[in-house]
Amino acid sequence: MRAQPSTVKRQAAPARPRAFQMVAIGASAGGIDVLNGLLAALPGDFSASVMVVVHLPADPLSYLVQTFSHRSTLPVLEPDAGERILGGRVYVAPPGYHMLVEDDRTVALSTEAAVRFSRPSIDVMFESAAWVYRERLLALLLSGANEDGVRGLERVRALGGAAWVQAPDTASSPEMPRAAIERGVADEILTPSTIARRLARLPAFIERES
Amino acid sequence: MKSNPSAPEVRPPRISDFDIELRLLLEAIYLKYQHDFRHYAMSSLRRRLTQALDEFGLTTLSQLQDRIMRNGAEFARLFQYLTVQVSDMFRDPAYFMALRQHVMPVLRTYPSVKVWVAGCSTGEELWSLKILFDEEGLTERTLFYATDINPDALARAESGIYALDRIAGFTQNYLAAGGKRSLSDYYHAAYGGARFAGALKDRVVFADHSLSTDEVFLEAHLVSCRNVMIYFERALQDRALGLFQRALVRRGFLGLGSKESLRFSSQHEAFDEFCPRERIYQKR
Repeated sequence: MRAQPSTVKRQAAPARPRAFQMVAIGASAGGIDVLNGLLAALPGDFSASVMVVVHLPADPLSYLVQTFSHRSTLPVLEPDAGERILGGRVYVAPPGYHMLVEDDRTVALSTEAAVRFSRPSIDVMFESAAWVYRERLLALLLSGANEDGVRGLERVRALGGAAWVQAPDTASSPEMPRAAIERGVADEILTPSTIARRLARLPAFIERES
Repeated sequence: MKSNPSAPEVRPPRISDFDIELRLLLEAIYLKYQHDFRHYAMSSLRRRLTQALDEFGLTTLSQLQDRIMRNGAEFARLFQYLTVQVSDMFRDPAYFMALRQHVMPVLRTYPSVKVWVAGCSTGEELWSLKILFDEEGLTERTLFYATDINPDALARAESGIYALDRIAGFTQNYLAAGGKRSLSDYYHAAYGGARFAGALKDRVVFADHSLSTDEVFLEAHLVSCRNVMIYFERALQDRALGLFQRALVRRGFLGLGSKESLRFSSQHEAFDEFCPRERIYQKR
């Protein structure tokens, strides 16, 4: 076989599932139940990091971490600014803050204005994670009643990452996934059970120093 | 080092063009205008400069650099994107409640008190603290220093005028923070907004001060610097915390934002946790 040129195109149907270092998940109305199912499906040796943005009213007491911790075998935390991003952990955006990724793989938080009425904003998380993780990023957009996340998915794909979208007919609020599909930014449209099954089987990402 | 006399090796870029241009822009701003954003967190700088490009109608940061290099007014416009001016009065009421219940009793033992509100932006935090100190009977003996790098924000802080539609939220926070009166006791309607004034206006010094490049200028009993350092890289956070450490009297207090922590800082040994949940620290 001849050596590939340096610009390798994405394979149409990879025989082996692609490895990702970061799984970023955005959810809004109706997304918490789906998230509970997904997080419960992740095995204890899941190697990627997981970041989650859920739209909630900016209540200082967030029950998300508690809710998710009950279901996930992985540690679930609401990070402080500057927290190191490690594999096999779930980072949930604190209410009232945007959650971003810094170049040194730490969590950045921001109190900048809400983006399309949301803080945390899914777009903000997707875009910043795309900058850092590029083709090593898998972004998931779940049930929701607005259009947050669509621009973010666009960015994720432009930088080589993959975008999975919950099938609208399985979402209790289909607007958000539908908007992504209409914009043409969904690589795959999947039911929650398929997403869970495929996440559970994601191969470990091995970092290579170039 | 590898040597190849015939042609330079073409390597895949390790950094995007946007990031290259962003770094050059920050360097140009520093050299030209002496404002140092070079150690600000990249994640949110990228976002804000992408917005600025949209707003300026430009496609690259190199174009923007060309623009601001030749036109100080354009730099002033860009400056508003480089700094973040979002705050609320009594944001995180639990913080102000903890100050009221646990810090005020200690400050009351000092004959005179100095408070540094670092990165005060448009002043919401400053006026919140002024109200708190007033209700705790410390107004007369306390001097406030409110500093920021953004002259527009400082001017707005000094004016103490906020849009009326924000007052309901402020009031809710004020009550949750243990406010003893009615927030309306502290402002009156003016200039189409609510103006915080009266006795609150006394004993505040507003000053241009940069946590990136300036030094300690006072001895303080309380430094409140909330959600300012979240926009800094670690090294700059450490620098700012070093300033606070040197500014504070022994056993002086440092208040941070609700998701900020000294855990990751080289300065964490210099402070004890005083109210861990509310992120109030005490200098050792």
